[in-house]
Amino acid sequence: MIAIEVRNARKTFKAGKRTVVAVDDVSLSVPEGGVMGIVGESGCGKSTLARLVLGLLPADSGDIAIDGQRLADLDRKARARLIQPVFQDPFASLNPLARVRDIVAMPLVAQGRFGKADITKTVQEMLARVGLGKEMGGRLPSELSGGQRQRVAIARALVLRPRIVVCDEPTSALDVSVQAQILNLLAELRRDLGLTYLFISHNLAVVEHVASEVAVMYLGRLVEREPTETLFAAPEHPYTKALLASVLTPEPGLGVPDVGLGDTLPDPANIPPGCRFHPRCPIAEPRCATTTPPLKPRPNGGVECLLA
Amino acid sequence: MRRGWRNAGTWAGAIIVGIAAFCAVFAPLLVPHDPFAQDLGKRLLVPFWMPGTDPNHLLGTDQLGRDYLARLIYGCRISMMIGVSVSLVSGVIGITLGVLGGFMGGRVDDVVLFAITTRLSLPVVLVALAVVGLLGSSMTLLMITLGLLLWERFAVVARSTTMQVRNLDFVAAAWCAGCSRFRILAGEVLPNIASHLVVVATLEIALAILLEAALSFLGLGVPPPLPSWGLMIAEAKDYMFFSPWVIVIPGVCLFVLVLGINLLGDGLRDMLGARSDT
Amino acid sequence: MTALLEIEKLEVTFGRTAAVRGASLAVAPGETHCLVGESGCGKSVTALSVMNLLVRNARRRAERLAFQGEDLLKLSDSGMARLRGNAMAMIFQEPMTSLNPAYTVGSQMTEVLRRHKRASQRAATDRAADLLARVGITAPGMRLGQFPHQLSGGLRQRVMIAMALMCDPQLLIADEPTTALDVTVQAQILRLLAGLQRDLGLGLLLITHDLGIVARVATRVSVMYAGEVVESAPTAELFANPRHPYTQGLLRCVPVPGKIRRDQPLGAIPGTVPRVGPDFEGCAFRERCDFADETCKHAIPRHHASTAHDFLCRLPA
Repeated sequence: MIAIEVRNARKTFKAGKRTVVAVDDVSLSVPEGGVMGIVGESGCGKSTLARLVLGLLPADSGDIAIDGQRLADLDRKARARLIQPVFQDPFASLNPLARVRDIVAMPLVAQGRFGKADITKTVQEMLARVGLGKEMGGRLPSELSGGQRQRVAIARALVLRPRIVVCDEPTSALDVSVQAQILNLLAELRRDLGLTYLFISHNLAVVEHVASEVAVMYLGRLVEREPTETLFAAPEHPYTKALLASVLTPEPGLGVPDVGLGDTLPDPANIPPGCRFHPRCPIAEPRCATTTPPLKPRPNGGVECLLA
Repeated sequence: MRRGWRNAGTWAGAIIVGIAAFCAVFAPLLVPHDPFAQDLGKRLLVPFWMPGTDPNHLLGTDQLGRDYLARLIYGCRISMMIGVSVSLVSGVIGITLGVLGGFMGGRVDDVVLFAITTRLSLPVVLVALAVVGLLGSSMTLLMITLGLLLWERFAVVARSTTMQVRNLDFVAAAWCAGCSRFRILAGEVLPNIASHLVVVATLEIALAILLEAALSFLGLGVPPPLPSWGLMIAEAKDYMFFSPWVIVIPGVCLFVLVLGINLLGDGLRDMLGARSDT
Repeated sequence: MTALLEIEKLEVTFGRTAAVRGASLAVAPGETHCLVGESGCGKSVTALSVMNLLVRNARRRAERLAFQGEDLLKLSDSGMARLRGNAMAMIFQEPMTSLNPAYTVGSQMTEVLRRHKRASQRAATDRAADLLARVGITAPGMRLGQFPHQLSGGLRQRVMIAMALMCDPQLLIADEPTTALDVTVQAQILRLLAGLQRDLGLGLLLITHDLGIVARVATRVSVMYAGEVVESAPTAELFANPRHPYTQGLLRCVPVPGKIRRDQPLGAIPGTVPRVGPDFEGCAFRERCDFADETCKHAIPRHHASTAHDFLCRLPA
């Protein structure tokens, strides 16, 4: 069963006179129970992809299906029962004026078919499930720490028992010790509830820990997709290699690696012809500037590079 | 040090507005005399700080022998009624337009922006004068006319704050939770822009009070014998050289009340602004 | 060799909150000293109090705060201004907050040199161009004429570094210099900083929350928790033999590719960093510590694991 199916999705934004291509012809599928990690630098379109999958933004073209049903055909209540988000900044993702219990109850209330007692009970259970005590229900977000807020956001996301959770940088705003707590919680919940995650992060070490499959995005395109072990053991795309090289593991004595990318930075409003990575690519050849690389399929994924 | 002064200003504003509200609500219980009762034998009595005062009339009497303190308190009631009701009418109009424009964007927002621009190009006092001149003066008409004219600040503030809040992740989360547009507007957006709107409301109350006084002074606002402060100033202007208190007292009251409301509004803005930073 | 920067028993309070509680550390010339800890542990406040850039309601006290043997506590404001940006320079997490958006990169860079060293405009411009090239910026002449908002985050941070180097500082304090940047750019900037530090013999005080950065660039590490330096050691020793339970916990929290199996949980530290008042006694970590007992509520002795490795815990072994 395929939990998330994205086919040829494209999304552009108008910024003044310039058109920014945020997601460019992206296809991807996530099997039920899988964790698809999406990695890439800021501006690569990974958050836009997350918003497309959540139905927060309409795609310009292409199809997105959730649990076998087209996203466009689902009404808001049915969609909410299938897919929920956890956002990056737990300070912005909770209504500052609402009490924790009301925040967590919101998806239940929006369904409009649960009784008050039912809702109270479910919210209570959900808060306990994410490790928040009963007394937290009456608090305001401003009275909570970053980690506690992210637990509230997770409780809100899971209270309808959705099948799929889109995690958009869920631990990037947190301290390392709290990040570990939240990652463990997300892993535990996935195991117990049989969830599928679309896990977006710029931190490759985190993605390696949580994802079963990784997709690498560069300037709106998926340039490489592989099962996690394969991707980390034998990356093919030079951009993936550079990303992996820039992971600074806490191993003393290794020094800072030479990533090998120039200082020209990608501009999503001005995408280079040919392979869009060629201006920064350490191994680019002349043909990379003219020929758009086709997707080269691999047993469990694929790579878009002429030289792979 | 600066904070201390600002706090003192806020407190002063709150006290002034509090007293005015108290006077407005309990006016019938507070007044020593009927504000409409004339006593031509006791015309233009002097207030208590001048020699020859009548202890029954603390602030003296006007040119028709009506108790000035009673008229002042009833005038306060009228000012506050005008201020609050105009601010309510314009608030409903302005906030609805602004929130709709800010939340929906696109065509709807274009229409709202056009409405705001159109409204800004209308001269408020002239339009109000024309309406009252055509339809005759009454308090209800004045409230509705001013309410229909003073909504643009509500609309501008509601629109821009809604646009900010709309892009925050908790609104996206509410959307994903399956909430309807109405629920998102009422439950997520409105409460989070309310603090800004309260500040606008205080400023609009002050503006409405001043406009009412100005129109009444011109004879096109509150009809006599209602004791509006503007009307009191107008009626007193013929006597101002021999009995200056009849013009000074309502003038000072008007000034102090408007100042108090503005101080309170400034203080509220600082307080609510500081909270939204954290 | 005498230390470049000496901090002994630094205390900084903001009203009823103690941001730094008796932190001591020293930076030797040519050394990269990393100050690591989670948000709110007092590492940025420590740096700002060295530069005397604390907000007004902060109270700073120390037994010793010296730069090249000169007592910074006794230095006047103008004396401090003479040092700042000159012999000791600082770079921040978000370069946009410390670059003036109204002036070109060139005029901001040359102004530093003209003010501190009374250099001519010509000489200052030459030096600015040299340094921009040195920090890996291509076409430095063009960049000098640009405004900060015309540069990407990575370029801005390079400009900040070049600007900090204008007056040949002996000490560079970098507060989370790469936190706002993408991973690939982060690696480039850190590589640059490490190279400059080595070539110019700078003392570098690098503040970060990222243990990966610490491991790769530091010669010495001080771990801060709730305003105290709970452990300080040479880098290799700290990672091989962490003694404080907080350091141990932090190291277990970090996911390392290939080290921890996916279905196994990361080692997490329960709870969050507490807020601590000025008269707090005992170990601030005790609420989150697996080894805590009654003795942790009282003053904790500092133990030495070796001559260069000390930690603040009741457990000596």
